[in-house]
Amino acid sequence: MVKRDRVFQAIDHVILFLVAAFCVLPLILLFSSSLSNETAVLHEGYHILPREFDLTAYQYIVNGSSGIMRSYGISAIVTLAGTLGNLFITILYAYPISRRDLKGRTFFSFVLFFTILFNGGLIPTYMMWTNTFHIKNTYLAYLLPNLLMNGFYVIMARNFFAANIPFELLESAKIDGAGEVRILKNIVIPMSKPILATLGLFVSLNYWNDWQNGLYYISNDNMYTIQVLLNRMLLDALYMQQGLSKEISSSIGAAMPTSTLKMAIAVLGAIPVLIIFPFIARYLTGGIVVGAVKG
Amino acid sequence: MESKKKKISVNWALYLMLVPGFLYMLFNNYIPMTFTVIAFKKFNFQKGIWGSEFNGLENFKSLFSTRDSWIILRNTIGYNLVFIVVSLLIGLTLAILLDELASRRGKRLYQMSYLIPYMISITVVSYIVYAFLSTETGFINNGILKILGKDKISWYSQPKYWPFILVTVNQWKWLGYNTIIYYSSVISIDSGYYEAATIDGAARFQRIWYITIPLIRSTIITMTLLQLGSIFRTDFGLFYQVPMDSSALMNVTNTIDTYVYRGIKSVGTLGMSSAAGLYQSVVGFVLILVMNGIVRRIDKESAIF
Repeated sequence: MVKRDRVFQAIDHVILFLVAAFCVLPLILLFSSSLSNETAVLHEGYHILPREFDLTAYQYIVNGSSGIMRSYGISAIVTLAGTLGNLFITILYAYPISRRDLKGRTFFSFVLFFTILFNGGLIPTYMMWTNTFHIKNTYLAYLLPNLLMNGFYVIMARNFFAANIPFELLESAKIDGAGEVRILKNIVIPMSKPILATLGLFVSLNYWNDWQNGLYYISNDNMYTIQVLLNRMLLDALYMQQGLSKEISSSIGAAMPTSTLKMAIAVLGAIPVLIIFPFIARYLTGGIVVGAVKG
Repeated sequence: MESKKKKISVNWALYLMLVPGFLYMLFNNYIPMTFTVIAFKKFNFQKGIWGSEFNGLENFKSLFSTRDSWIILRNTIGYNLVFIVVSLLIGLTLAILLDELASRRGKRLYQMSYLIPYMISITVVSYIVYAFLSTETGFINNGILKILGKDKISWYSQPKYWPFILVTVNQWKWLGYNTIIYYSSVISIDSGYYEAATIDGAARFQRIWYITIPLIRSTIITMTLLQLGSIFRTDFGLFYQVPMDSSALMNVTNTIDTYVYRGIKSVGTLGMSSAAGLYQSVVGFVLILVMNGIVRRIDKESAIF
């Protein structure tokens, strides 16, 4: 029995390990490709191990191109501003509808919930933001459409407030003369750190990884985030050759290492997420479970 | 009297808090819902949404008379069905294998590595796919096919490979997510059941088959039905960015979402695109209601409303 169990455990490990390799190896291919020598890649292709280890692609990014670094900065600012804005709106909406003494609570919950069920789709949303608000080629285009508030996240926050903050506590604070804003700031928010961390994580991931708002609303390449830059570079070979090299070749004479540079920029797009991953894995799993089961 | 007055003034603050979110939903969701009328209009940029003339069901008629309408419907539903079945099989299997693993460190490490792809943006995913599939420099053509003595394949112009590629890429991205959901359900099973079964001499596979799977049945059903509810939606990035918008692959990569997007790029097909968009929204809405209704009947706790 014990021996058979040991065999099972070994097989179990092998299967789970192979799946882990399936998940991780493609990323290693990406990293290795970015760390390879351009000429070697042109002759022998991308490989799981770097072909003649070479940092030229990264040197191009750091020394040659302000454009890529600028995109990076725009991504960072958009992510920060978007996450703060989203959390602000989410908390302010979730708290009142978590209160069972709020008149009209059912109505406000329904208004929120219906946005999850029914969606006008891309074209109406696009018309709203472009024709009425004229956000085309403004930074607001990254922040406003769709990402600033998410019905699921508001419901997750509401459920957390309702389940974890005793109504009696709020009542007694009120008797002590605290206003609603102070109660929210001094009692509710400090007690809700786990859910706020989880939501903040998902929202910032959505903002950092977003490329669709850029695709729909931004055509000025000085305003690209790193994800939009990645989208454009891959789908528009001409842009890679001309648009990007225009910026780069001005400071560096040699030919641009197109194949490895592409991969290096993609690595930059992924690296912040990968760096924080070990620290947030716990919140990520927690959020997935709560979000999926009790959306 | 005084306490009543106080209560009302207190409530004002609560209603004020609702204002930003309410306004946002008004502009981002509710007013655009009314814009879906352009599906019934001959849209004219000068006249705008409300000024353009109605043309009845013309847009729908022209949409459904094209071959595209069949292709995008087939691709949208076909891929989603395959995704649902494959995600269930892989997610469930991995969840059980993780649960059976004795090593706690192993459990944690494997789970974490499965989740990494979930966090990577689809644009970066498209570069990874390109690193594998590029005709000149791709790893598959150079690192595998060449060694096997086979000719290079021009992946981005051969539709026949893409159903398989897209299912693989989708699994790569989502298997961690699915595994976590089933795993959290498996570990919530009361260990008393297992102990009783072991005393009764149940073998491992009997135990899994007769205890684990029946006990997480409601998670399986709920997940599947909710995914069926969104069978009319596809991941735009997976079908647009990953195949690099290649026109040679359109037959196997065009879904409702990519079709609608292409409509805002070319004015000529805006009418048909908005018809397709509305059709997606309405059918999607009905499907969610139906599936949720079924979930409610099976397991009220798991229903989303």
